[in-house]
Amino acid sequence: MGTVVSFDVPAAARADGSLDAALSWLHWVDRVFSPYRVDSDVTLLAEAEVTVEACAPEIAEVIAACAAVRTQSGGYFTAAPGGRFDPSGYVKGWAVERAAAILSRGGSTSHLVNGGGDVQCVGGRPRAAAEPSAEPWRVGIADPLRPGRLALVVAAADGAVATSGVAERGAHIIDPHTGRPPTGLASVTIVGPSLASADAYATAAFAMGPKLARDWTESLDGYEAYAITPDGEVWQTLGFARHIAPA
Amino acid sequence: MRRAVLAVIMTVAGLVALLSFKTHSGDQTPAGEPTTQVPALLSGERALTGNTVATIYGPVQVQAVLRTSKIVGVNILRRPAETSMDLQIGQYAFPKLVGETLIAQSARIDTVSGATYTSGGYIQSLQSALDIGA
Repeated sequence: MGTVVSFDVPAAARADGSLDAALSWLHWVDRVFSPYRVDSDVTLLAEAEVTVEACAPEIAEVIAACAAVRTQSGGYFTAAPGGRFDPSGYVKGWAVERAAAILSRGGSTSHLVNGGGDVQCVGGRPRAAAEPSAEPWRVGIADPLRPGRLALVVAAADGAVATSGVAERGAHIIDPHTGRPPTGLASVTIVGPSLASADAYATAAFAMGPKLARDWTESLDGYEAYAITPDGEVWQTLGFARHIAPA
Repeated sequence: MRRAVLAVIMTVAGLVALLSFKTHSGDQTPAGEPTTQVPALLSGERALTGNTVATIYGPVQVQAVLRTSKIVGVNILRRPAETSMDLQIGQYAFPKLVGETLIAQSARIDTVSGATYTSGGYIQSLQSALDIGA
């Protein structure tokens, strides 16, 4: 889907084939879910040329998940943001989370997968044999207002960090209620166990704008939010502070 | 031409290895001279030039400047400049990406959340430059 996925994995994952399996999974997802491919299931569904039943079963899984987040977010997240079926807002985080799970199943206990700025962490960063305990991964949050700077650093042993916002290429999220890009937030970061959920929640919260997003993210069970407004104001949910990495 | 690229970074005793491949074949390397002058190297620095990477916005090529094994600078040799919009984006995005590269090294950061896929060409070209030095 035109994104870059980077892996930080133990060498064993390369030797035992689990890294290859994770890569194959991502390529498969691209073939099936890319809205830019004329022959993907997503494109064929959007053109009403096939039924859901004729598609890969993961299509129905993703449609159901998108519907759940849509309900949960009061319609601010949708699988058809421009009026046409395009679940990319869910698929990226979902695919990256599953790639991380493939590595776990292969035996890795310490890895990180970053898909276009959305990150799934497992087991903390690799440590030398002499160190007593694993340290969490350190995930920098890009500051949308100050090019080249980080807003803060999140520490995550196991868990996901997803950020939605106006980055290099300008506004790309549409408020489904107005059909226009939302303007009240520069970026929203969501931290929580699942990247599929965190990514979708970040997209929904960004579309909501600051007022709605603050209450809504506070209500999310197991997920915390950190947001920056275009004026440089910052707010976070009550439980976010414990995710901030020590300097 | 849209590409799916997978950068694989392994942290094994400081070893950085990369596997990168594309799912499409096609016109990947636009011709043309680098569009930017680069500053002269200081003593003890070496420059590694990355591949030109075709993105949907145009070609991107970067050069990493290293002192011993640390990145001390990144020069943008080619950037999309077809339209004034591309120029505007380039003027904003590339300094940001260069800054993030330098910060990521200095702040003990494992990764960055919040970049978008437009950074793909930058990362790919930078990684190919680092591969030369590995």
